[in-house]
Amino acid sequence: MEKLILRRVGKDHPDSEEMILNFGPQHPSTHGVINFIVETDGEVLKKAVPEVGYLHRSIEKIGESVGYPQFMPYTDRIDYVAAMFANEGYALAVERLLKIDAPPRAQWLRAISCELVRIASHLVSVGTMAMDIGAFTPMLHGIRERETINDLIEALCGARLTYNYHRIGGVAFDLPEGWRDKTLRFLDHFDAFLVEFDRLISFNEIYVRRLANVAVIPGPMAIDYGLVGPNLRGSGVDWDLRRDLPYGPWALPEFTAKVKWSVPVGKGFTGRTGDCFDRYYVRCLEMKESSRIVRQALESIPEGETMAKVPRKVKPEASEALGRVESARGEMAYYLVSDGSDKPYRLRVRTGSFTAMGIIEDVSPGLMVADLVALIASLDVVAPEIDR
Amino acid sequence: MTAAPANTPTRTPRIGANPRGVVLGTLAIGFGIPAVLFAAVLVLSPLSKPLMIDAFIRNVLGQDPATFGYRNLLYGLSVAILAFVLVNFGAIVSGMTVWWEMRVSSRMQSRVGYNRVGAGGFFQWVADAVKLLLKEDLIPADADQLLFRAAPYFVLTGFALTFVALPFGESLIAADLNVGIFYMIAVTALVVVGILLAGWSSNSKWALFGGMRSAAQVISYEIPAGIAIMVPVLMAGSLSMQEIIRQQGAWPWQWNLFTNPFALVAFVIFFVSQLAEGNRTPFDLPEAESELVAGYLSEYSSFRFAIYFLVEFGNLWVMAAVAVTLFFGGWQVPFAGPEVFAAAKGAGDLPGLAWWGLQILSMGVFAAKTLFVLNLIVWVRWTLPRIRVDQMMVLCWKYLVPFAFVAFVATLLWQILLAHVPGARTATGAVLVASTAVVAAFFIRQTRRNLVAMGDRVDLTNW
Repeated sequence: MEKLILRRVGKDHPDSEEMILNFGPQHPSTHGVINFIVETDGEVLKKAVPEVGYLHRSIEKIGESVGYPQFMPYTDRIDYVAAMFANEGYALAVERLLKIDAPPRAQWLRAISCELVRIASHLVSVGTMAMDIGAFTPMLHGIRERETINDLIEALCGARLTYNYHRIGGVAFDLPEGWRDKTLRFLDHFDAFLVEFDRLISFNEIYVRRLANVAVIPGPMAIDYGLVGPNLRGSGVDWDLRRDLPYGPWALPEFTAKVKWSVPVGKGFTGRTGDCFDRYYVRCLEMKESSRIVRQALESIPEGETMAKVPRKVKPEASEALGRVESARGEMAYYLVSDGSDKPYRLRVRTGSFTAMGIIEDVSPGLMVADLVALIASLDVVAPEIDR
Repeated sequence: MTAAPANTPTRTPRIGANPRGVVLGTLAIGFGIPAVLFAAVLVLSPLSKPLMIDAFIRNVLGQDPATFGYRNLLYGLSVAILAFVLVNFGAIVSGMTVWWEMRVSSRMQSRVGYNRVGAGGFFQWVADAVKLLLKEDLIPADADQLLFRAAPYFVLTGFALTFVALPFGESLIAADLNVGIFYMIAVTALVVVGILLAGWSSNSKWALFGGMRSAAQVISYEIPAGIAIMVPVLMAGSLSMQEIIRQQGAWPWQWNLFTNPFALVAFVIFFVSQLAEGNRTPFDLPEAESELVAGYLSEYSSFRFAIYFLVEFGNLWVMAAVAVTLFFGGWQVPFAGPEVFAAAKGAGDLPGLAWWGLQILSMGVFAAKTLFVLNLIVWVRWTLPRIRVDQMMVLCWKYLVPFAFVAFVATLLWQILLAHVPGARTATGAVLVASTAVVAAFFIRQTRRNLVAMGDRVDLTNW
């Protein structure tokens, strides 16, 4: 393995002048255990090869060894920064396998909870990005707002990080009393916060110069490498599963009639389309959109059940199903194959961070060490999501 | 009369259970230590001069100073005591700066910050230092043992030597060298040597990166800083720290900063260069945490690590004091010109009580201005992101160096203009002070508006 990686970074001349640097697995800006084997010529990178696998927990295999409902808490651990989407994707896949639908109120609750978690996840992303660029204050401001969201989600489902809120056929709990008003009050504050955040860091001259025109990923290249979510949209590709391949709430006509929103796309806000700043700022704009969605959804939520009738023993007939959701880190897909027993025959999880890691090797040549940090941060990779 | 219920547990008050006592104790020590240090500097620096010691030998010991055998010993002793006080002043100011920086940053970041050791966590820096001293002093097996051990002393020496020529008040300076500012630049350059040695001798790639970045950065920024320093030197016609201050007045419109528009430019260049030389954000590249782990400090631990941090934070005081000396009128007290000081001093060997009062006043003015500039540096650190290596070089060589030269040449012409147009100096001062006040007013108004937009209000009570 080591030899393979050394060959890949081009270390075939033992006495060449380049320096091989282990950027990780414990490094302040990898935010988790990821290793980059970096070949540098002074400050300029020749190549940075990501080495993944430090956080592999065999989650897919676990999914094949426990029953369908029991796997739900494990999905939280796939992406613990935005666990709600991992819940939603799995619930969606099993529901498609069982050919049942969650009731409308549950769909609304899924949209509300997911968009709140999207805000929380993006706050971590833009905050740590600012921290990696060297500004510590925006990160803590982001964490402060995320804390309120954590409180809201805790009131909703009792957990702050690994939610286990979505269930096969619906959601675990209905809205608690007073939650709606509390959330609306938070959103009023949050919209003002986003303006302040832009003033604090987004359009700071140094910050813009650190990110604009750095590590440009053109649209076609982003598609070729399978980038998804904000990374793809940052490259100017207008693609969002919620709108283009609607699922769950987004496929309900009564939901889309009442909730109006738009998909922010990178267009070279300060430099070229697809640079680090575009990927960063698309996330800022998405937070604004998510806030809009939550507000409208809370105002139009219908009454009714929160769980569909799900058979006590989940034993789908032999078939296969795919649940794709637009996670905070882009498309997250659960592919389930059932052989008619009470355990899936095969479970496959597709996550956005894994493909995002793949592009680093080909974008990195010519960047500086500090740009590599910006690139990793702008791709918003979360270590457990890469390896699963 | 009702007796207390039998099952109510009676609690004996614990130490620290009385917050008022803790607060008072902390305040007493918090103000006491700097007060004692300032008092020591106040008393020692005028009294350790050869003239005073000669007078002491003549009047108290009843000997003739010219023939007294222990005269040199007394000279040496007084200088040693003064040096001891000054180095301790630097170290303790450094610790207090850490506390202040952490309190300010936590305020900016909506968090509580230091709050455990003493009121407001004031003694956290003592606890941190003690913790660092108790840690294992680790030297990597492949490190260059000698250089690795020597590096912190270069840094510490470069820092401690600056206090020789650093003014504290009208007569309060260890040695008013006639090349004072030149000496300051020279000894602070020793810090780079230490950092470079640390980066090289650690035998770690991260440390090497940090050391190389530091060398490139600090040596580059010495050039604009040096040229910018030449502007106030030209205006004063002297390299001596005290002389530069004496050429300025007490009021803002008499400061170097405002009497010459090019000095304003020079100050900005000087301030930016000082941030770069002190490795402060946005120029904290050598120890860029998110890129280089800890840069040149990566392999250091325990006492050696503590020395680096002591110097880094102590340098804030030095940086601020030099800026105040060159541009902000130093210790000049309003309504107290040199003739007032001379009158208060009296004819005897020992100066009169009024003179000591004036010295305290000038020391207070200087310390207040220094703390203001120091606060500015802290503020900048917690607001700005870090720039990249190439941007750092571009900023230095393409912008700061040419502008510094322009300011330098323009100041030459400005001095000629001042010689021919009486009143130009005062007029410029008035205009520049007024425009600065307007800018400051707009800044405060915008800050208030931004706070109100967040549904917040200006609140200074909640510390």
